[in-house]
Amino acid sequence: MAQEETTGSIFTDIDDGGSGEEINRWQRTARLWRETLSEHWGLLTDELSVKLSMLMVAFFMVVAVIAPYITENPPLQRQYESDAEIIILKWAEPSLLGADSGYLLGTTAEGFDIFSQLVYGTRAALLVGLIAAVFTAGIGTMVGLVAGYYGGKIDDALMRIVDFLYGMPMLPTVIILVALLGPSLWNIIFALIILQWRSTARVIRSQALSLRERPFVKAAEVAGAGDWHIISRHLAPNVLPMSFLYGSFAIAWAILTEAGVSFIGLGDPNTVSWGTMLQASRAYSALQFGAWWWFVPPGICIGLLVISGFLIGRGYEEITNPKLQ
Amino acid sequence: MSKTDDDVILHVDDLKKHFKVDEGWIASLLQSVTGDDPDYVHAVDGVSFDLKRGETLGLAGESGCGKTTTGMSLVKLHEPTDGDIHYNNKRLSEASDEEIKEFRQNAQMIFQDPFESLNPRMTVYDIVAEPLRVHDIRNETARVQRALEFAELMPAEHYFDQYPHELSGGQRQRVAIARALVLDPDFIVADEPVSMLDVSLRAGVLSLLDRMTEEFGLSVVYISHDLSLLRHMCDRLAIMYMGKIVEKGPTDQIIENPQHPYTQALINAVPVPDPDVGRERVELQGEVGDVIDVPTGCRFKDRCPKYIGDVCDQVVPPLEAKSDTGADQDIACHLFESAEGYDPYAELDGGRAENATAANDGSESAPADD
Repeated sequence: MAQEETTGSIFTDIDDGGSGEEINRWQRTARLWRETLSEHWGLLTDELSVKLSMLMVAFFMVVAVIAPYITENPPLQRQYESDAEIIILKWAEPSLLGADSGYLLGTTAEGFDIFSQLVYGTRAALLVGLIAAVFTAGIGTMVGLVAGYYGGKIDDALMRIVDFLYGMPMLPTVIILVALLGPSLWNIIFALIILQWRSTARVIRSQALSLRERPFVKAAEVAGAGDWHIISRHLAPNVLPMSFLYGSFAIAWAILTEAGVSFIGLGDPNTVSWGTMLQASRAYSALQFGAWWWFVPPGICIGLLVISGFLIGRGYEEITNPKLQ
Repeated sequence: MSKTDDDVILHVDDLKKHFKVDEGWIASLLQSVTGDDPDYVHAVDGVSFDLKRGETLGLAGESGCGKTTTGMSLVKLHEPTDGDIHYNNKRLSEASDEEIKEFRQNAQMIFQDPFESLNPRMTVYDIVAEPLRVHDIRNETARVQRALEFAELMPAEHYFDQYPHELSGGQRQRVAIARALVLDPDFIVADEPVSMLDVSLRAGVLSLLDRMTEEFGLSVVYISHDLSLLRHMCDRLAIMYMGKIVEKGPTDQIIENPQHPYTQALINAVPVPDPDVGRERVELQGEVGDVIDVPTGCRFKDRCPKYIGDVCDQVVPPLEAKSDTGADQDIACHLFESAEGYDPYAELDGGRAENATAANDGSESAPADD
């Protein structure tokens, strides 16, 4: 900068001095993040329904973690052998209703402990919900940011892929994919992720499109910031609440879809989920035999977890979109 | 105010920026089949000027005349369609990555809307420090503090952790100015720097900008539609109309003695705070012309109160010194005689040669009408 020789600059003495005292950047960043998070947390827990939903999700999480300690029997272990070599349709009635069976919710027609299945089913539901949500939000946000920021041909190409995915109906496509790949929990999660990132990508792209024309992005460009700097420092923090929102809705959708796929018999036979429980109870006509304790508990659990997910999403929506308040 | 040294920091040479009218991919596919040319908006269409060290230049004109696009091209927010910008005698279109990086360090911009130009999720400290991080400059904290203090945000530490939404419009614009100054740039483009602020805050920000020009020895390009502001801030003025400069010269000269009919109309439109001052009104008829289908000849011809016939209709008036205005301002108008001996009538069609001679006589008498 030749200019400094001729005209004054308020920075000249700083340039000559050694390294001055710098603010510790990590401590500062950590503190700012903490402040933002606690502010969001405060807004989120302001509402009773959101607070209850969070308690509910936390409860299911605790249950999933301590599952081996609160169940007596493994979920896929037969509790009795039939005397004859033929399988007898027989189930123990729940001890909760006063029956003298020793099983809290009784057993299934195959002789599995229903309570144990219900508890272990929590693991599958949370696994599917959380993994699908993280990847849905992650992939959708990345694709949306890249498409929105670069625009032009990259945007066109990515959005045509999204259009193609939008043309595929959710449940039938997951069913076909799982039928092709083989019924396992991971294949269900994979199929869900492939289909779910489309809506996140669309919304994030539209946000990125409008953000990249904002003057603060132009100012960063004038300062010489590169593409990655602008995407990570200016676009991403501003779309993050939207990604969280879509992520929390994705939890609910993923659990619901997994239950649906399992219910029609494409669930993983080696893991227990609430969907496979419902499918087994239907296969053995539990409804006709009046064994409602077999299918009502998993149904209630699915309902509670999905509703909790949606309510948390709604609560978060009010933070991202103040007009709803 | 004006400096005597005449080394030019920025030389803008016939800058053009045309934006393609986006009609969707089906239309562009059809165009590639039929061979039609796509439509272009001629936002900036041949602008040339020099910016000297320490000089302040004002770009004025009504909205849509291309002044903001020109300003954005100056800091390389737009790639020019044609023409070039020379920074310290280097062509920017041929500059290496290194030179572009140096240019980025020395060219900054202040935006119109302080509510939009600061990232709502960054603190004041991070906003001002960002250019330093991009260019990997040491002594971040000391520089940020100095820049904020210069922008009269004191004590600076008090503002470090504040978010833009916690600040007033004037404070925000000061943060934006601090961000522009923190790299110690050579020149700044200020796009309507106070038009979004409350009138009560304008004077403060303007005096800050004034101080900034003096103490940093900065060259500044002010973009505004407000001629009284430009008169206060600028050494030289350039008046733009439909992507072209129509008149250019020292500020006082242009304000006191405007020659181009458009400049006259523009200056006439500035209200005078004295009800007794009578003035001759030059009111413009009609609207700004079509920037997609640019008219032939002079772009101002449809609204010009001094239209003199075919030559206006067919020959584009070049921006040049005129022999019969006497002053050192450049004017793009056929009403005046070129100082360099350029004859617009020679460019008229051969069949009209006779008319042209006749019209030539008329044009010589035209300045006398003023």
